[in-house]
Amino acid sequence: MISRLFKFNGGVHPPQHKLESTKAPITTVAMPQRLVLPLRQHVGNMAKLQVEVGERVLKGQLLAMADGQISAAVHAPTSGTIVSVQDQMIPHPSGLPDICITLDADGQDRWIEHQALDYRSLAKSEVIQCLADAGVVGLGGATFPTHVKLREDAHRPVKTLILNGAECEPYISCDDMLMRERGEEIVRGIEIMQYLLAAETCVIGIEDNKPEAVAAMRAAAANSSVPISVVIVPTIYPGGGAKQLIEVLTGKEVPSGKLPTEIGVQCFNVATAYSVHRFINHGEPVISRIVTVTGEVSRPGNFEVPLGMAIDQLVEVAGGATSDINGLIMGGPMMGFNLPPAPVPVVKATNCIIASTPGMFPKQPQALPCIRCTRCADACPVNLQPQELYWFSRAQNLEKARDYQLFDCIECGCCSYVCPSNIPLVQYYRFAKSEIIAQDKARQAATIARERNDFRLMRIEREKQERAQRHAQKTAGKTEVTADDEVKKAAIAAAMERARAQKTEVTPQNTDSLTPAVQTEIAEIDARRTAVESTRSGDNPSDQEQQQKV
Amino acid sequence: MLKVLLALVPGIAAYVWIFGGGILVTLTLASATALVSEAAMLKIRNRPITPFLMDGSALVTAWLLALALPPLAPWWLVVVGTLFAIVIAKQLYGGLGYNPFNPAMVGYAALLISFPLIMTQWPAPLALAHAQLGFSDQLHYIFNRALPDGVLLDAISSATPLDYLKTQLKLQHTLQSIGQAPIFGLLGGQGAELVAMAYLAGGLYLLQQRIISWHLPAAFLGALALISGAFYLADATHFASPAFHLFSGASMLCAFFIITDPVSGPTTPRGKLIFAASIGVLTYLIRVYGGYPDGVAFAVLLLNICVPLIDTYTQPRVFGHRK
Repeated sequence: MISRLFKFNGGVHPPQHKLESTKAPITTVAMPQRLVLPLRQHVGNMAKLQVEVGERVLKGQLLAMADGQISAAVHAPTSGTIVSVQDQMIPHPSGLPDICITLDADGQDRWIEHQALDYRSLAKSEVIQCLADAGVVGLGGATFPTHVKLREDAHRPVKTLILNGAECEPYISCDDMLMRERGEEIVRGIEIMQYLLAAETCVIGIEDNKPEAVAAMRAAAANSSVPISVVIVPTIYPGGGAKQLIEVLTGKEVPSGKLPTEIGVQCFNVATAYSVHRFINHGEPVISRIVTVTGEVSRPGNFEVPLGMAIDQLVEVAGGATSDINGLIMGGPMMGFNLPPAPVPVVKATNCIIASTPGMFPKQPQALPCIRCTRCADACPVNLQPQELYWFSRAQNLEKARDYQLFDCIECGCCSYVCPSNIPLVQYYRFAKSEIIAQDKARQAATIARERNDFRLMRIEREKQERAQRHAQKTAGKTEVTADDEVKKAAIAAAMERARAQKTEVTPQNTDSLTPAVQTEIAEIDARRTAVESTRSGDNPSDQEQQQKV
Repeated sequence: MLKVLLALVPGIAAYVWIFGGGILVTLTLASATALVSEAAMLKIRNRPITPFLMDGSALVTAWLLALALPPLAPWWLVVVGTLFAIVIAKQLYGGLGYNPFNPAMVGYAALLISFPLIMTQWPAPLALAHAQLGFSDQLHYIFNRALPDGVLLDAISSATPLDYLKTQLKLQHTLQSIGQAPIFGLLGGQGAELVAMAYLAGGLYLLQQRIISWHLPAAFLGALALISGAFYLADATHFASPAFHLFSGASMLCAFFIITDPVSGPTTPRGKLIFAASIGVLTYLIRVYGGYPDGVAFAVLLLNICVPLIDTYTQPRVFGHRK
């Protein structure tokens, strides 16, 4: 199925540091006293709260449901009492608080009634809806709601289902350990995904630094009802990025700004497949995940952690920080971020916690000027020209930065990693991106405000004319028409003409490029509207206007 | 940058062997001038001095300029050229990373235009000179412009092969008869070709260390060989062979050390090819039809001007954008 592998541009080989955390098997963490569950642990709309403070809940009970299509539910990881719903610190690069449910465990860990789903007897759309209620999101770190990606699209059928077990970032080993220990269950999840997408081929991509995981997955795949091939890909960062892995395996590039389905591919993390299996075959929603705790802790390893557990507590479970750590990093050293000093909970995106010391990640020395050596361009997996983007971002020449495809940057950090001048390039790109987005928003808001103002001026003018007209009609009925009135009427007529001209100018023409069918439909509607209006002519002219506006 | 200096060492060693130790004096003078003027400018511009002096970029500029100058150039010429390169071409444009032109070539061009006579007075290789100058004599000459008693300037100097070729061709001599002159060696100039080979060796080391990309030297040497080859094939009596052009003048120094300056060069792979090939062609045209014996400096500066344009129109295709 996969006869040869392909290469993407650049990439780097940072020290891996994966062995430390893969010595011991996955440990299940004891249920902590208190859990803090953010309502937003995924990409998309915040989940809608379904419980009240003081309510007793059971393990696996729905606490907040998905709000709209792109959203994911939140469930109780254990039985207990809801003690508060309020803003608390969450693990997010912004360092801003967000709404969280606080759940105090009752120690009984009592499950709500749950059962497996016979997914083959249900309509696919019903299975998808169930997954939306199960809180399944991409566990590779992006936390995009999974059910959205499992919907079949007649226009873009998925030919190849790719399971991402590359795990290219240094230090992180949660997917590695999951594949080693729970390969069979991952394969059950892949079978469900394959069924829902009707994919022709299934491929698991694993980097060549994880031979145990490859062996485990090969063994598990051999027992599967669907053909699944396990492909070894070279270890290179960021080879585990979805678009990079897709290119390595298929040789196809996901078009800029498009989804992988555009080229007939859909890609999930292996841990996501595991979640799908747990829910469909056991009825268990996502209430825990595997987290790597590594760095300067005395017992580095992988832990199955209930969502909402305080990260500080988790570090204690791993033996506590051994020496003078200067902070905790969530995610890997390349794309992760420093956690705030305040306690924050484990969320669905928490794949790895690194207790870091100044020795592990030395502070970058003073940045020197860029000498355009293009090491960054050589390392960029997206084939950008980082030195030019840096130049434009620094000069706040944002239009140019956009022209040079700033928004194709995946912020993998390869450029900063290789820069001999120690320039924090990615930070410049993030800054430029947020500036451009802010400017676009401001521009949009200004356009809307201007349109509203124009409209208001037009309305005032129209009302004035209407008043004048009414007045003129009244006086016309009472007295004879004088020359003066004639002049006034002419003036009013002229003003109305002007207003009409202005209006046609302002009204946006969105009816230019319609199909003939729609045009005839509009013509019919217009005909009906004229008929209605003629029956109540002069009744309420502003009504008429309103209709046109709409 | 330190590896670039290291890569220049074989070339310098060959230089000393062929032309005598005077070049070491020139190198020292240029280095000292570069470091002092760089430090002074950084101080005036309120920039941290140590990190910028330690990066070695001023030394690279100084060495390249010194190696481009005639070996026994008077001390003030070296100082003025280096000052011009560091102060005007580099620091006044904003220092490291901001100079649009190659500083060493700016210094060289300024000297060539201001002092054309001294700049074209090259000493003959020691083996060919009628009178031998020892190291102390060379030192004395650099600082005092005085030769030992009984030695005339003509006895130690000679036209460079490129220069000689040009004047003799103008006198309607054929290449075959010109080539008999003792200043010509196997490939280029007698002795100078060895220096060129040593530069080539240093350049290959830089390539192996991935300090420079292959695009620049390959395109430059390739273009120079192609155009000189075309002319040579058309009329071998009036145009020198490609080998001569590759191993004469500043060709090798240019290919591996001058056009590889990243700051003033293009950044895209295709841009590098266009840039270097254009310099190769221009160098040849200036050598053959221009007013100066060698064309490297002006060719580099002219193409430096085009770098933003070249970069703009050679942007590589970004991932996910249409092929």
